[in-house]
Amino acid sequence: MSITYTQADLRRTHPAYRGRWTPVVLTTIAILFLGVFLVLPLAAVFVEAFRKGLGVYLQSFSDPDARSAMRLTLLVALVVIPLNLVFGVAASWAITKFDFRGKGLFLTLIDLPFAISPVISGVIFVMLFGLNGWFGPWLLEHHIQIIFAVPGIVLATLFVTFPFIARELIPLMQSQGTEQEQAALVLGASGWQMFWRVTLPNIKWGLLYGVILCNARAIGEFGAVSVVSGHIRGQTNTVPLHIEILYNEYNFVGAFAMAALLTLLALITLAVKTLVEWKTKKDQAKAVVGGIR
Amino acid sequence: MKTRNKPTHVLPGFGLTLGFSALYLCLIVLIPLSALFVSALRMDANQFWETVTSPRVVASYRLTFGASFAAAIINAVFGLLVAWVLVRYRFAGRKLIDAMVDLPFALPTAVAGIALTTIYAPNGWMGRLLAPMGVKAAFTPLGIVIALTFIGLPFVVRTVQPVLEDLGTEIEEAAASLGATPFQTFRRILFPELLPSLLTGFALAFARALGEYGSVIFIAGNMPMKTEITPLVIITKLEQYDYAGATAIALVMLVLSFVLLLTINLLQRWTQRSRQCQ
Repeated sequence: MSITYTQADLRRTHPAYRGRWTPVVLTTIAILFLGVFLVLPLAAVFVEAFRKGLGVYLQSFSDPDARSAMRLTLLVALVVIPLNLVFGVAASWAITKFDFRGKGLFLTLIDLPFAISPVISGVIFVMLFGLNGWFGPWLLEHHIQIIFAVPGIVLATLFVTFPFIARELIPLMQSQGTEQEQAALVLGASGWQMFWRVTLPNIKWGLLYGVILCNARAIGEFGAVSVVSGHIRGQTNTVPLHIEILYNEYNFVGAFAMAALLTLLALITLAVKTLVEWKTKKDQAKAVVGGIR
Repeated sequence: MKTRNKPTHVLPGFGLTLGFSALYLCLIVLIPLSALFVSALRMDANQFWETVTSPRVVASYRLTFGASFAAAIINAVFGLLVAWVLVRYRFAGRKLIDAMVDLPFALPTAVAGIALTTIYAPNGWMGRLLAPMGVKAAFTPLGIVIALTFIGLPFVVRTVQPVLEDLGTEIEEAAASLGATPFQTFRRILFPELLPSLLTGFALAFARALGEYGSVIFIAGNMPMKTEITPLVIITKLEQYDYAGATAIALVMLVLSFVLLLTINLLQRWTQRSRQCQ
């Protein structure tokens, strides 16, 4: 293993300070740990998916139940993302550009879904809309089904992905302050012009990452959706729930084929995160240079 | 902060954005959550107590707590090590490893669950290595600890990493030049500085592990009294139409999550204070 050092590292590797082998040993242990816990599961997904060859792998996508699961998952993501996007931008605008009483409480409440077990996130909607729930009898009378149907899946997913976009935007907009928006207004821009021309370009990378994270969670959510879905094949099974059914039926290639698709999505999410971090750093560096000039 | 935000009411949209986001928060989060509290309040106190202290439920608390605690400890130790290596050493593939640390956040829990089960099953890659040593991982509490370690892995790394980046190497060099051994430097200089963020990461990983469901149920085996976690008990009760029982246990877990959330908030404030002191 070749390890190079920065200037500071070179000074610290002085024998009086630290053994020459310490960095190598520590790095090796860290890489071994991450290899066992991160790389092995990743490799296992793809090895199992292609165990019986590409043909069997591709065939598992033509199964009608698999297709309906993919359609449902896509539908849920398409409903959930825009709603949480509007909320995320509105909440971050109110929180970062204005001062008001109870801001701390508001911030804590936004984080609440992060602290709650996915299973409980599903249970609360059963308590509201299930047969024995608050609105159960009323819904039954009007022939509206929420639990064990698509609306319940959407609601549970909305709940668990609720904080993602706001959480990405709030620190970003906090650091940007309000000067640019004020300048736009002074120069005669309308509220919407200011938002589209000044605010949105400033937050676009953070927004993109928030959307990607929200999307990853919406597509991959298991616990909450499992409680409200009812597991009806071809109707209320999302992709993660379909994976569970296939796995429990010992259809491992089918289960891992679907899993490989979701894993690919997770890897894309990580790539976008890295890209966004790089872009933000570049923008900040540019802003610093601009400030000096 | 206050002075900078003072003249901000010049900007438009305060009423609209705050009103909309508060309404949305109530509809999606607060009203559904309060439904659980109200349902639990309507329960008979004796019945509530009997449900949440029945032997099968207590066994599930013990397992969930024990496994979450063990996983959070493993993550604290190795998370600190990974953060240290990523911040202080430069080696080929460091950036890739840095990006990979977030995998457990991005990978759906069910995918993690079936992948880990396949690896640690007796004929899996790791299972085959462990079997000759007489260690069974899949379908035992050890398997649960492994799944929870995976799920909580990014928390400690991501809370310790920025603090370590800010820390600089001057104090350590001073300690070394005054004759401290590496261990002394770590224990007396580094560890106290890193402790607030390490505890925050530990608490975050612990809180996440307590509620985790998707990655655990595949590898756990789900035997009542032995390998059944509390979230699974809630689901089992729901499937048996025991709504009152499910509500009671869910409320216990919910209160616990709130206590942890409060602790984490306090820890984060401590972290920020000690970072400002630097």
